[in-house]
Amino acid sequence: MTPNGWLQIAVFIALVALCAKPLGSFIATVMEGRKNFLSPILGPFERLFYRLCGVKLDASGQPEEQHWTRYAGALLAFSAFSAIVLYALQRLQVWFPFNPRAFSQNNVSPDLAFNTATSFVSNTNWQSYVPETTLSYFVQMAGLTMHNFLSAAAGLAVAIAMVRGFSRHSISTIGNFWADITRATLYILLPLSIISALFLSSQGVIQNLSQYTEATTLEGTKQLIAQGPVASQEAIKMLGTNGGGFFNANSSHPFENPTPLTNMFETFLIFLIPGALTYTFGKMVRDTRQGWALFATMTLLWFGGVLTAYHFEQQGTPMLSKAGIEMSATADPAQGAQSGGNMEGKETRFGIADSALFATVTTDASCGAINGWHDSFTPLGGLVPLFNIELGEVVFGGVGSGLYGMLMFAILAVFIAGLMVGRTPEYLGKKIEQKEVKMAMLAMLVLAASVLFLAAASSVVDFAKSGYWNPPGPAAANINNPGAHGLSEILYAYASGTGNNGSAFGGLNANTPWYNLTIGIAMLAGRFLMLLPLLAIAGSLAAKKQVPVSAGTFPTHGPLFVGLLAGVVIIVGALTYFPALSLGPIVEHLIQ
Amino acid sequence: MLSELKPAILATIVFTILTGLLYPLAITGAAQALFHRQAAGSLVESNGKVIGSELIGQNFTKPEYFHPRPSAAGNGYDAANSGGTNLGPTNSALSDRLTKDAAKFRDENHATGPIPSDAITTSASGLDPDISPANAYAQVARVAAARGMSPGSVRALVTSRIQGRDLGFLGEPRVNVLKLNLALDGK
Repeated sequence: MTPNGWLQIAVFIALVALCAKPLGSFIATVMEGRKNFLSPILGPFERLFYRLCGVKLDASGQPEEQHWTRYAGALLAFSAFSAIVLYALQRLQVWFPFNPRAFSQNNVSPDLAFNTATSFVSNTNWQSYVPETTLSYFVQMAGLTMHNFLSAAAGLAVAIAMVRGFSRHSISTIGNFWADITRATLYILLPLSIISALFLSSQGVIQNLSQYTEATTLEGTKQLIAQGPVASQEAIKMLGTNGGGFFNANSSHPFENPTPLTNMFETFLIFLIPGALTYTFGKMVRDTRQGWALFATMTLLWFGGVLTAYHFEQQGTPMLSKAGIEMSATADPAQGAQSGGNMEGKETRFGIADSALFATVTTDASCGAINGWHDSFTPLGGLVPLFNIELGEVVFGGVGSGLYGMLMFAILAVFIAGLMVGRTPEYLGKKIEQKEVKMAMLAMLVLAASVLFLAAASSVVDFAKSGYWNPPGPAAANINNPGAHGLSEILYAYASGTGNNGSAFGGLNANTPWYNLTIGIAMLAGRFLMLLPLLAIAGSLAAKKQVPVSAGTFPTHGPLFVGLLAGVVIIVGALTYFPALSLGPIVEHLIQ
Repeated sequence: MLSELKPAILATIVFTILTGLLYPLAITGAAQALFHRQAAGSLVESNGKVIGSELIGQNFTKPEYFHPRPSAAGNGYDAANSGGTNLGPTNSALSDRLTKDAAKFRDENHATGPIPSDAITTSASGLDPDISPANAYAQVARVAAARGMSPGSVRALVTSRIQGRDLGFLGEPRVNVLKLNLALDGK
């Protein structure tokens, strides 16, 4: 580990912290429907949207407030319909323009199209497909880029609805879903994406609709170079914590992430909105210390991950040392600099520090973009992304999903604290009662069940007779690496799907009907069976009275609460997944 | 849920037009106008023919050229099929490959010391355009011998092509293999 590596990591988190307040208060202003500096330009478009989409307005001309069930209904209707459209676009891509490679339904099987549709509607962006040999530019834009925006907007909407549960009292409604996604898209995601896409394109990220380029290399061989409208998708892919790459190699591809500067920028975009949302939360509940307490908890957990991943990736493995590879970084100009460590599956320009940082950040958040293959990480270096996902991606987390996930843990934390002192738990002036705790536990259990049951099923299921679901043989034969690492690949796939992350231990051949369908189900369960209980909590909290602060109130803005919350996240995650992890990465570390 | 179906359908259409078509097409237009070369893929031409992209690695096997890292993209540096090996840290297939490539690297370059960490490992994209300065220096003797040049002049050329960290602290120092080989050819 080098001082320069730590400097980059410090600069990264400083940038995220610096932007939290200005962006966070802007998001609060926008989502509360108040006037902001973009209103003169975008206000008319917002109202035009409501008219075009048939959104019901109340007497004052604002979108009508919705009860949580109606809000959830709108979310489900929108997700279901737009997923069907995405399925159809993929299967019918031959009929649409911007398809220079003439891809057709032969490139996208029904199970693959289902997997991709659920993947993008759930903000997962798991990639069973190899984009550059599967999807036309039209599908990448009208299908995937659109979902990059809207799944992020929907996540943000639900987080804000959840915050309203705390900030309102004695009210039966939690906002209007259509207003929330429209405002999130128009005022926040679109302007930031435009700026980011243009910056990325100035640095070398491609943006065109051309045919693939045929080059004749210096040694005289032919090289076919994939092209496409990359920068526009890259920007929202990072900003919306989506993570679905334009290319198979994702953000390690030089056309998606050409320089260390773009790499720092892309890593920063992942945490930008989730970091700011902690401030939005504090502002909306009229106590910004509450937001900073969440920010501190997240920073603590993030740092533990970076430290671990960086340490083990720099340390390398016995196998690499045995081959004679230098494991420590050298900066001596005479001998020539090199990064040392485990460089299998990593890019020269990023080296060890930037790859370890990216892997930690992309899985703390529900992003799932990669700039190096997690499958080739050292056993404990690769444990970090896997465990981050299993914690529920609440360390900054996805756009919106990080905040509502962390609020779910906060409810559990005050519940546990309440049990210890024998008082009815409160959070932000709301009594946390049976219904809230039940719903939070339901969401937790659904996630754990989806990860563990499906991974277990894939480890034992066998397809000796039929050839449709999977090539004949056990589903576990689709792994790329034998032994404990193979189990990690399967476990990672269902954790990533359920957690709506989308990164992979990419060696697993997941493009078979069995994996496409089961991972598709995991993605839907992980998204919607978490959203619905949380919206129920939001509705229940909004209807409650505010309890005044008393001497017996447990303060939730100090170091004690930060420690308690981080502890609950770690302990719940560890208790749930330690047995499975010990059979995968941990045993692999011990025997390597 | 049914009463929300109409806005769901209309919003899907409206947002697809705005974020799925207008946004990427506007960015395409703007990027083509403002950053024409980058938007087209930073292509490198020689005598009017495209010989590659400065961002995309290409394969070199001849001794008189600097060699890039091993690639797992397609059959090697397939720029329409990016990807890595995804071999895990305890997989014997990785061990066998590393042993073989280490012997080859030492043999080709008459190298005795530790091998630079990027030299025999595959990159993430399979299209890594760069190698580390240490890897480039390790290949100087071979390239100089094959070209009948003095090792000192080849080494000086490598040194002049080292690209430092972005803004002085981001990423790692590196050497672009295609640009270095073009410079060797005097192009």
